[in-house]
Amino acid sequence: MKKLFEKIEYIDLFLWLIRAVIIIIVIWGTVATIIDNPYSTRQWTDFLIFGVAQGSMYALIAIGYTLVYGVLFMINFAHGEFFMSGIMTSTIFLAGPMAESGFLNRHPIISLLIIAIFSMLISVSVALLTERIAYKPLRKAPRLVPLITAIGASFFWQNFFRGMLGSNVKPFPQVEILSGTIPFLGTEILKTHIAVVLVTVIMLIGLNFFIMRTKTGKSIRAVAENKDVAALMGIDVDRAISITFATGAAMAGIAGVLFALVFRQVHFFMGFTPGIKAFTAAVLGGIGSVPGAAIGGLFLGMFESIGPSLFLQSLGIPAFNQLKDVIAFIMLVLVLIFRPQGILGEALAEKKA
Amino acid sequence: MTTSQSIQWRIPLRFGFYAGIASLCFSAIGLVELFGQRALITGVITMGQVLIFTATIGLAYITARDNAEGQRGVALLYGSLTGVISGIPSALLILLASAVNLRPFLPNVSPALIEILTFNLSPTAGSLAFLVAMTAAGLIAAAFSLLPSKVQRPIFNGLLWTLIIGLFSEILSSRLRDFFGSGFTKLIFAGKALHPLVAAILFVLVIGITALLDARKQTTPEQTEDVSASRKSRLRWLTFAVGAIFLIILPQLLGSYLSEVMNNVGLFILMGLGLNIVVGFAGLLDLGYVAFYAIGAYSMAVMTSQGPLGLGLPFWIALPFCVLFAALAGIILGVPVLRMRGDYLAIVTLGFGEIIRILVLSDLFKPILGGAQGILRIPKPEIFGISLVRPEHFYYVILAGVLLAWFVSWRLSEARLGRQWLAMQEDEDVAEAMGIRLVTTKLLAFSFGAGFSGLAGALLASKLTSIFPHSFKLEISINVLVLIIIGGLGSLPGVVVGALILVGLPELLREFAEYRLLMYGALLVVMMLAKPEGFWPSTIMKRELHIDDDPEILSAKAGD
Repeated sequence: MKKLFEKIEYIDLFLWLIRAVIIIIVIWGTVATIIDNPYSTRQWTDFLIFGVAQGSMYALIAIGYTLVYGVLFMINFAHGEFFMSGIMTSTIFLAGPMAESGFLNRHPIISLLIIAIFSMLISVSVALLTERIAYKPLRKAPRLVPLITAIGASFFWQNFFRGMLGSNVKPFPQVEILSGTIPFLGTEILKTHIAVVLVTVIMLIGLNFFIMRTKTGKSIRAVAENKDVAALMGIDVDRAISITFATGAAMAGIAGVLFALVFRQVHFFMGFTPGIKAFTAAVLGGIGSVPGAAIGGLFLGMFESIGPSLFLQSLGIPAFNQLKDVIAFIMLVLVLIFRPQGILGEALAEKKA
Repeated sequence: MTTSQSIQWRIPLRFGFYAGIASLCFSAIGLVELFGQRALITGVITMGQVLIFTATIGLAYITARDNAEGQRGVALLYGSLTGVISGIPSALLILLASAVNLRPFLPNVSPALIEILTFNLSPTAGSLAFLVAMTAAGLIAAAFSLLPSKVQRPIFNGLLWTLIIGLFSEILSSRLRDFFGSGFTKLIFAGKALHPLVAAILFVLVIGITALLDARKQTTPEQTEDVSASRKSRLRWLTFAVGAIFLIILPQLLGSYLSEVMNNVGLFILMGLGLNIVVGFAGLLDLGYVAFYAIGAYSMAVMTSQGPLGLGLPFWIALPFCVLFAALAGIILGVPVLRMRGDYLAIVTLGFGEIIRILVLSDLFKPILGGAQGILRIPKPEIFGISLVRPEHFYYVILAGVLLAWFVSWRLSEARLGRQWLAMQEDEDVAEAMGIRLVTTKLLAFSFGAGFSGLAGALLASKLTSIFPHSFKLEISINVLVLIIIGGLGSLPGVVVGALILVGLPELLREFAEYRLLMYGALLVVMMLAKPEGFWPSTIMKRELHIDDDPEILSAKAGD
């Protein structure tokens, strides 16, 4: 027993060492960058705004992870694929032909609305299908089983859409009213970035209303609290779970449209990295908490956009932007190791993780 | 006569719809066209056509078997109804494709696909013909379900074996040609597929054999289990010897190409055995397993390469260090995740795998690891001055590695450590309370698993003679995970079965390559739903996953 205790101390020491090393790297890099001052204030603001836009998308995707985790305590590994399926399909079937016929730029608002709704519909259908076929029969299985199923579902959908819609990168057409910049506090902001942030805010407010004020939202919260008691109170648990999946997927569908507007291209593998990062965001904010997902997303987006330039550039690392994803992944690992309950999370870690 | 009250219209409609969507998807994702190029019986049927009808036949069979309650008319009605409905989606696709060019949207709906679906007829006639064919398929399946099982089994086996031999006829014929000359091979195989006559003979032959075996089984119901101990052990040694001889002469039988396939299978068996320790024994879901494969491969590359980046050490000296480095990496990456469980662990390890891949790819480590250009000029191993260049020879190196890993896993699983892993998998808190040191036990699991993977990576590097970061994607981790799950978590023979199915088969059917991950994904879901313990389960897993529906265990519990 004594020996075991010593071992654990040793492990803690190691973890502290990791923490210290990373803090030193970050501080050293930051100080060096501040002294070097390679960028103007204007460029830093640009990084920041891009980070906010990117973070908004992460936030929207992260909501799907957080809602499902809150209700089922399961990491829905296939969520990135819900995100991909909607925008992939609507780019090919709607945005492409709309741009060709000129409809997109004649009626941009209507077209974008149609694209967004279609994207949401596809994402929601894929989510509901996955939930019905792959997750629902396994609710009582050991915890590893649904996770493995989710990994399977993720690869299935990825390659299903690859087979269906082709494996090459497809361009998302330029929307004229969203091209260009507008001046804001001394800098120029891309209109797409403003649109992204606006849409995200609207969706988050809508979601909050849905979860907090409607009866369905209440039933979701009840199921998240305790499935058995909720069932006793007359709540249709299966329906509430399906709606949870659908809500998350709808948010992912919208995030897909925003993603396409910013990056102007879609492909079958686009769900993977944003999916993992959104999961990071969800964990960062505290998995199971909706405001947490939003804050975590924003935080991760900004961190990722400023991080490489701030921490790595002055350390003399060549092509430091290649390491952008490494920063996100390291962040994920660090959060899971040191603060699995996240920024806003309750003390879920011991109970559920 | 059937009464209309007893007919449930909704079931065949629903199943027909499912089958229709399935066959539509097979067509639209390009599987049908791709497999349309692989003939099973020359001039008669291709694998693509089989794919179109599979879902319909299966679901019509199920509908008729489960719902007709023995009434022949109803069964046939259900079957044909399922068939018609299942034909509608694809028929609509044919008509739509003839009216609009669908290729910008669905690149796989090509003229070649439409040709296959319409049997080379015009769109209207073709879609009708397709409907009729689907109905016929449903009807036949329903009729088949009415046959007594004594007849069903032989026919099913006959079809299955004809299908399998037809599917692999290209490889079989090339091997037969090497052994018996082309004259004999031409008798059996016409072109790249089975000769129609041979297919018929094969079909009848398998039916005959199955029927015979079944009949024999019925006449001699129970074999007496009175085998003496000495005979048993002699039998065991005999199988052992036969197995060893078989493994030794295998590359001579297989030839160069199939040996290469076996080598790939062997590498995956090695990795599977390693991951099996981590996931199957210790219950730690590791999705970043490819990291250790990469570490093993890059260690080998850096130590042995003759190029500017290498140290030029000989293979045999480098090999133990590769394993050691990977095992060390296992411990180092294992320490931070010691406190994590289940799904968090999975995500963190996935993160590790990606971090390592991106770091290897980055310019940061380019001076040591070569970045995207990789490391070239890695020598093949030498034994007694002979360089093992041919895959038939390299096979033995991999075989030795696999046997070693097998032996270690087998001994570990029986040892105290193996039991500690199992206890930990069951419940960490209880295991700790029982005096198991979680830290050491977990780290040992990680390091053993990583060591095997490192060995596989090192062998890969010297097999390929050059390595690149893109060989170490997440796909590999998923691939290994799927194969041990398919085989059965915690089961050593299961790893071999899984690797043969998941790595061997796709290499033999080149068409699979592009759709490999699609199949893996679907297979993972289906396995988890239908057979979570795998094809060759370990007894422990089987007991755990089927604890509810095993009457013996339940009664044993009740008897306690």
